[in-house]
Amino acid sequence: MEAVNAVIQYIIPVFVCFTLLYGFARRVPIYDSFITGAKEGFGIILSIFPYVLAIFLMVKTFRASGALDFLQGAVGRLTQPLGIPPEVFSVALIKPFSNAATLSIFTDILKATGPDSQASTMAAVIMGSAETTFYVLAVYLGAVGIKKSGYLAPVCLLADAVGVIIAITIVRWLT
Amino acid sequence: MNAIWLVIICVSVLFAALNGRMAEFTQALFEAGKAAVEMCLFLLGVVSLWLGLTRILDDSGVIHRLSRFVRPVMARVFRGIPPGHPALAAITLNFLANVLGIGNAATPLGIKAMEELQTLNPRSDTVTFEMMLFIVINTSSIQLIPFTVMGLLASYGSRNPNVVFLPTLLATVVSSLAAVGLLFLFRRLAGKEASRGGR
Repeated sequence: MEAVNAVIQYIIPVFVCFTLLYGFARRVPIYDSFITGAKEGFGIILSIFPYVLAIFLMVKTFRASGALDFLQGAVGRLTQPLGIPPEVFSVALIKPFSNAATLSIFTDILKATGPDSQASTMAAVIMGSAETTFYVLAVYLGAVGIKKSGYLAPVCLLADAVGVIIAITIVRWLT
Repeated sequence: MNAIWLVIICVSVLFAALNGRMAEFTQALFEAGKAAVEMCLFLLGVVSLWLGLTRILDDSGVIHRLSRFVRPVMARVFRGIPPGHPALAAITLNFLANVLGIGNAATPLGIKAMEELQTLNPRSDTVTFEMMLFIVINTSSIQLIPFTVMGLLASYGSRNPNVVFLPTLLATVVSSLAAVGLLFLFRRLAGKEASRGGR
């Protein structure tokens, strides 16, 4: 694990260095190129900002109003007999919207049940395998101004659900 | 998206009323604004940085070489993209960033890929099949090692954080396959006319 971490730490610096050296060797005006490229960043952020705001509005209000707690309780009552810890579902529910919110729920689970509990392991696997689907959809489609996304959202959410079911099944089978 | 947004926000207001949390709801609205600004400011820095670096790669011909190099594989998956189009290289870079777990590079490169794909789009407000395929593979997340999660487990004193590695990989791979499978299934159900345009 530590060896892998060490290698990971090298990836970005080596990549940056390679980019500059290679560009310089090919007689690219690297500084001017960098500026031209970086300039595009502003336009992209401007175009995705409203989408990010819309997503954050949903996540923040849903949590603050207590709706999330209620949903978690309701789903929990349904799944308790199956032996699935109810906390796990809030991770699965929030992950498609926001990574930061999921992280805070995940650390709550770690604190409440301990890092080696079944709930923590399940939550960890869901954290690692599910994606921030709505966020990615909003940002990627928003960046190029696409409004009609067809059957894209249902496909992504179904795939997420498959991932969550697999995650829960594997962890239950392992522990 | 319209329906999801409406339902979630109205349900939130309803619950806020039932739980007597109206003040918290209002506060959450403004917090959301603040969080979105902070997020975008952070992204502005990161996105600009990576776009600057990729422009250097672009100008020095690396992107072009890379797209020729990955053509045999990518052209098979993304059949609607003409060979040698820069979209292929942008998609490859994005996948690489995802697999290696450089998450903050993946977003800018993904947006870049979307812009390249948009140049091939005959109807600029409608998603193309190639875009959907790209996003679906992207959202089912192809990270090899879940560093953040394992780091958190370790920092809370887990005896063996590595235990999540294989389950995560398996869940990721299965959900990716399911996503791609579902996408092709939906396309068949929806009829081919919409996405690929006469092949």
